[in-house]
Amino acid sequence: MKEFKILAVIVALVAVTYYGIEPYAHHVMHPEPAPADYAFSDLKNVDTTLKGDVANGKVLVEANCIACHSIEKEGYPAMMSDSDAASSYGVVPPDLSSAGHLYQTNYLANFIFDPVTASNLKHKYPEGGAKVHPMPSYNWMAAQEIMDMVAYLQSIPKATYVSESEERRADFIDACGRCHSMAYAGISARTPGDVAKAYLGATPPDMSQYIKSRGRHYLENFINDPQRLLHGTGMPRVGLSEEAQTHVIDYMEEIGDAKKAEREDLGWKVMLYMLVFAVFALLWKKQIWRDIH
Amino acid sequence: MAEFKKADSMLEWFDQRLGVVNFVKVMMTEYWIPKNINFLWAMGVVITVLFTLLLVSGIFLLMYYKPDVNMAFDSVNFTIMQDVAYGWLFRHIHAVGASVVFLVIYIHMFTGIYYGSYKKGREMIWISGMLLFVLFSAEGFSGYMLPWGQMSYWAAYVITEIFGGIPLIGDELVVWIRGNFYVSDATLTRFFMLHVLLIPLAILGAIVFHFYALRFPHVNNEEGEFFDFDEEAEKYKAGDKKGSKVIPFWPVFLSKDFMVVGFFMIFFFYLTFYHYGFAMDAINFDKADGLKTPAHIYPEWYFLWSYEVLRGFFFDIAGISGKDLGLIAFGIANAIFFLLPWLDRSPMVKPANQRPYFKYWFWILMADLIVLTIYGKLPPTGVNAWVGFASSMTFLVLFAVLPFITKLEAKKVGGK
Amino acid sequence: MTNESRRGFIGKAFGAVAGVGAVASLVAMKKTWDPLPSVMSAGFTTVDVSALAENKLEVVVWRGKPVFILKYSADMAPTDGRNVKVGDHYFSVMIGLCTHLGCIPAYLPDAHQFKCACHGGEFTADGVNTFGPPPRPLDIPPFKVDGVTLVLGEEGEEYKAMTAKA
Repeated sequence: MKEFKILAVIVALVAVTYYGIEPYAHHVMHPEPAPADYAFSDLKNVDTTLKGDVANGKVLVEANCIACHSIEKEGYPAMMSDSDAASSYGVVPPDLSSAGHLYQTNYLANFIFDPVTASNLKHKYPEGGAKVHPMPSYNWMAAQEIMDMVAYLQSIPKATYVSESEERRADFIDACGRCHSMAYAGISARTPGDVAKAYLGATPPDMSQYIKSRGRHYLENFINDPQRLLHGTGMPRVGLSEEAQTHVIDYMEEIGDAKKAEREDLGWKVMLYMLVFAVFALLWKKQIWRDIH
Repeated sequence: MAEFKKADSMLEWFDQRLGVVNFVKVMMTEYWIPKNINFLWAMGVVITVLFTLLLVSGIFLLMYYKPDVNMAFDSVNFTIMQDVAYGWLFRHIHAVGASVVFLVIYIHMFTGIYYGSYKKGREMIWISGMLLFVLFSAEGFSGYMLPWGQMSYWAAYVITEIFGGIPLIGDELVVWIRGNFYVSDATLTRFFMLHVLLIPLAILGAIVFHFYALRFPHVNNEEGEFFDFDEEAEKYKAGDKKGSKVIPFWPVFLSKDFMVVGFFMIFFFYLTFYHYGFAMDAINFDKADGLKTPAHIYPEWYFLWSYEVLRGFFFDIAGISGKDLGLIAFGIANAIFFLLPWLDRSPMVKPANQRPYFKYWFWILMADLIVLTIYGKLPPTGVNAWVGFASSMTFLVLFAVLPFITKLEAKKVGGK
Repeated sequence: MTNESRRGFIGKAFGAVAGVGAVASLVAMKKTWDPLPSVMSAGFTTVDVSALAENKLEVVVWRGKPVFILKYSADMAPTDGRNVKVGDHYFSVMIGLCTHLGCIPAYLPDAHQFKCACHGGEFTADGVNTFGPPPRPLDIPPFKVDGVTLVLGEEGEEYKAMTAKA
């Protein structure tokens, strides 16, 4: 009985210390931001209830987008190599084949309307400032026209993938790979590092271990809106839909924490073995100590 | 050379050449431990088990680790963690083991303080134990640098910078320790050498010394009772196992230790597989970057209390700068425990709760160390800085008054 | 002299010889730990500032850190205790790491201002923090003026005068 009392005292002291240096300290150093908003409800410039017309959208996209953007799946190839495009625009413009699936509808419509507001980069591109966003605003367009283009982009069928992992990898490359590398997955950023540095103010970090260094929860909030967690950062709000963002983070975990499944599967087996070990040790001890007490 | 007769058994063959029968008696079956003990007496064996795990996992990590600033990070986080079969397991065991061994060392240490196991003939046990604590600290610090993450780099930077506060030679000493003006490849390779060779060798030697130091004064017991071990051992050998106050190390003492180890390892492996974040800080999965300071820099949890004593003095007192005061206090904090046998002036060897004044001292010290540990991690701003100052002062005052309250206690109990 | 005392003397002498050997090896070991000659020479960076262009930031690497050297143009006013005069020109010499989180600020020549891209901190041309999270001005590295060259890593008169004012 006395031994359990001693154990209780030690457990209590360790628990207080642990609470102070882990959950409490984390809470103090990393205050919890507002939850991720996958509807991007602060963006209200385009009436997204309007139903878009795919055919008209295709015409508008051909007239307005493909001068800079490729849409490989629809047969509009890129005009320049990645490095030329990067030095012309500051960053490689995205291929739009997957844009309709990656970006949330409200975000995509509002991005076309006004990229700076949608990507939350007003501090970087102030109105009337010397620097302007490489993509012009289409705020002169009618909401219906913007929604037509969104409808067209969303009508482009998703590529078929042999595995879920391949799909996640493709989403990661399309959503992040223009600026970020992921060395452990053999992915190099399409925009060369020094060009990206000039564009963003700092070289975008390699994503290989970000699932470990930042954790899933932080990444969810950060990708959804970087400014909330790192005020002043050059990284834009990219406007991923909840599904696309989950794909991206799942892929980062698949690469950055490749042994997770193996670890979690082995863990309880080792613990179970130690329990058997402990029970046998207990029985043996009792047998030996029978003569002692 | 004595004449050898042909051995009748393998045991005899070895006994003739190595004296194994007597050796086993001296080391195991007739090495006497008091019977009146609780599970806290198993902590030494738990530490030994953890140290063995660290040694073995370390050997396997060494097969793939590359001590070079350009390769270290990826050799750990890619090669070992993702490529090598069970490499991740060895790294998790190594990282979690290094953290948990300090928890058990602290329990072991404060068990010794609580039961007064550092005085009246047991001074060398205490000093060799404290020496092990210092060596383990150096081992922990040098090992933390090796993954070459952001916290590796900046903890190394901040801790080596501390030596810059030493008068006259400070600045040169920092450069000498680092092998460069900043934490660099030279720093990494020399700390690698320390971590995998020199300090482990010293630890092994100190462990042997610590065990040896136990032989003459014998292990303390739950009541601090002094008795004649030879007499009690004779009683045990004569068959009066129940009446004897001692038990043999093998199998009786170790059977209990194995049981404690068994239950403890369930907890240990839970941490290793499912709850390792406290030992593998997230920030350390960012590669070291000397041009980018992390938002918060803190050492591993087991250094937090002394780190807080260092930070606690954030303003000048009587013309001495806060930095120097902190450094002095930090030096005292790391050395003062060595002197405990002489600071405690009471001859009483009893559990703290049976000592009229010492019990208050002990529990205030425990509370103060917990406060120091927690505030050592929190950012030192606003009220936190003052809590740090107050708890640092409390720590120093506690040791300053210890000789006086134990002297009073000795008077009160009349030398008993 | 008796045999006994001679044995005592020889013993002591042997001890002294062994001691000399031990100390000599310790010296060798200490030297092995010393920074390499290449590291030591890299610890002092010499910059010829006479050829620098006005109002254009020069970044040199010193002891693993970027150091900003900025030659003032005539329209820029120097600050007491933060600028050094070499020849006819005033210069800012500062460690180019934002005092907030260690990012490297960029120089905007038109505004005579440093701006940190990481969290928006701003500094004047002489490194005083004027906006955002940085807690203090940019740090000044030890330097010595030697004719028209700056030697980073040595504490010269000008540097001592500046730290005395700060």
